[in-house]
Amino acid sequence: MANSGDAAKAVAWRDPNARAYVEIERVTKSFGDFKAVDDVSLKIYKGEIFCLLGASGCGKTTLLRMLGGFETPTSGRILIDGEDMTGVPPYERPVNMMFQSYALFPHMNVEQNVAFGLKQDGVPRAEITERVATMLELVKLGGFAKRKPHQLSGGQRQRVALARSLVKRPKVLLLDEPLGALDKKLREHTQFELIGLQDKLGVTFLVVTHDQEEAMTLATRIGVMDHGEIVQAGTPSEIYEFPSSKFVADFVGSVNIFEGKLLEDEPEHVRIGSEELGATIYVSHGISAAPEAVVWAAIRPEKIFMSTAAPPPCTGAPGDNMVRGAVQDIAYLGDLSIYLVKLPTGKVVRVTQPNTSRHAETITWEQQVYLSWDASSPVVVTR
Amino acid sequence: MRILPPLSKVGISGRGLVVTLPYLWLLLFFVVPFVIVLKISFSDVDLAIPPYKPLLEWVGQNSLAIKVNFNNYAFLFTDPLYVHAFLNSVKVAFISTVLCLLIGYPIAYGIARATPTTRNLLLLLVVLPFWTSLLLRVYAWIGLLKANGVINNVLLALGVIHEPLNMLYTPFAMYVGIVYSYLPFLILPLYANLEKMDWQLLEAAEDLGCRPWQAFYKITLPLSRNGILAGSMLVFIPAVGEFVIPALLGGPNALMIGRVLWDEFFSNRAWPVASAVAILLLILLVPFMMWYQSVQARESASAR
Repeated sequence: MANSGDAAKAVAWRDPNARAYVEIERVTKSFGDFKAVDDVSLKIYKGEIFCLLGASGCGKTTLLRMLGGFETPTSGRILIDGEDMTGVPPYERPVNMMFQSYALFPHMNVEQNVAFGLKQDGVPRAEITERVATMLELVKLGGFAKRKPHQLSGGQRQRVALARSLVKRPKVLLLDEPLGALDKKLREHTQFELIGLQDKLGVTFLVVTHDQEEAMTLATRIGVMDHGEIVQAGTPSEIYEFPSSKFVADFVGSVNIFEGKLLEDEPEHVRIGSEELGATIYVSHGISAAPEAVVWAAIRPEKIFMSTAAPPPCTGAPGDNMVRGAVQDIAYLGDLSIYLVKLPTGKVVRVTQPNTSRHAETITWEQQVYLSWDASSPVVVTR
Repeated sequence: MRILPPLSKVGISGRGLVVTLPYLWLLLFFVVPFVIVLKISFSDVDLAIPPYKPLLEWVGQNSLAIKVNFNNYAFLFTDPLYVHAFLNSVKVAFISTVLCLLIGYPIAYGIARATPTTRNLLLLLVVLPFWTSLLLRVYAWIGLLKANGVINNVLLALGVIHEPLNMLYTPFAMYVGIVYSYLPFLILPLYANLEKMDWQLLEAAEDLGCRPWQAFYKITLPLSRNGILAGSMLVFIPAVGEFVIPALLGGPNALMIGRVLWDEFFSNRAWPVASAVAILLLILLVPFMMWYQSVQARESASAR
């Protein structure tokens, strides 16, 4: 991960004695009967890039706006660096926000836009000039100081907005879909710039995004939101490899989910019988679920092996973790290919395979294939 | 598709016709009358019908004399009445514009920030007075403001005052009338401007440390500049030449240029002097109209 370099920082949330920089305590925001944010508690540590990830309408922007002071929590409270923010208006909070639309002042040039917040705080003129110039250099807009926003490209505007919100050296920078308005190539490039900038300035970032790829690249930790609740918070790899629910597994990346019943429930392994799959799934770790309970096994497409010959048997009973099917559809993406394999039960399984060789023996449409997976690959979720 | 094939054969296209018609209209009903007024302003008074002497006259055989009389203009500058009336008109128009702005800006702002349903209702209320004739509405103000009118009666009944306030036929009544009548002309263009405003800019300003009133002063006000100018010009330009309201509400002392024009024309039958007053009024207002035009052009360019 991008931030794994700083080990002390990377484990702050695992250390029970670490002091949270931003504390969201049981915050609820209702609009009439509708709960936009429902009893959310969250701790964010200094120097983190925390991403709130969710579909539109899940409440992530409302949560961000409550941190900025633009919405008042119906109940609960927010602390920033130990200070209770209840009743503190936006103009007195030690945070700055980068708006999705950038909200650059159209009647001011780049320099005036960036200097606006410093002037407002009564910073001496010489210091303003210096800090604005430094910040513009940092976002590579040194030559654009006198341009008006409408004379800039989308990417340049994005950087002006970033400079304007960073120049006040906020304790926390709130970013609302920071890369949403950029095209794909520029977005990728900017993601890494953003990380570099954050590393250099040490500002804590709280990013709202609906784009899971963006969240995975930027974040030290991700909070997946659904219907106003944080359904899971963790590092990108935790979220991807150990999703806590069907929703998270499905929302972050693509996944095959098989419904089944617990056949064997041992401390070090479980076996799940799935009618949907037409086979038994052997999982090499224990889970906590009621016996006979309905569970779901989630297997990522890249963790399924596809072969024309029968694979070697896996741990557990013979025939576990293996099915046959016919290739229904193939999507060639260059670096990898996606195969949709139809099982005899009618269930379609998604498999991805890297195209490691230029002249590999190709599997084609309608071909009968074996699908198999390692006993450590499935994630079992109970909701 | 050609709608008028025969016309196109003689070189007149449908598009040409559409463009030509308004120009013809303007020529016939604006330029020609203006030239006539200009002509009259340079002629002598005469006891005849019409009450002025022609500019062109046959003197002797085969010679046509043109007699351009600048006396009417000179007269306007020698008699302090006219200068006074001009200055007073500009003053009244200016004060009325400022008052309209002070009252109209919050209204336009309120409408622009209202929910779409409320907004339409509020806009309807703003234009509602236009459904009644201006004259009737000004007469209604007489009923409200006169000594035993509605306002005095209510105040007397409430015991706020013990004898009627003298409001009608004072500058106060005149300003009330002008501000009341011209307010929609300020609100509508200003609303159109504010309605395009990105309110997130105010949140951004607050986020960067502005109190709400500072955000208004630094963001909303400069960004609505064109709307303010357009609305102000729409009030100021007609208010300078306003006749009906000062005549009905302002009383005998309300010396405004529209009033002088009326008196010269109808009471004194001094058509040449009245025409000169009209021409001077026009010259006075041309810079403001040009300014208004340039503001409008800027506004539509920014709305791109």
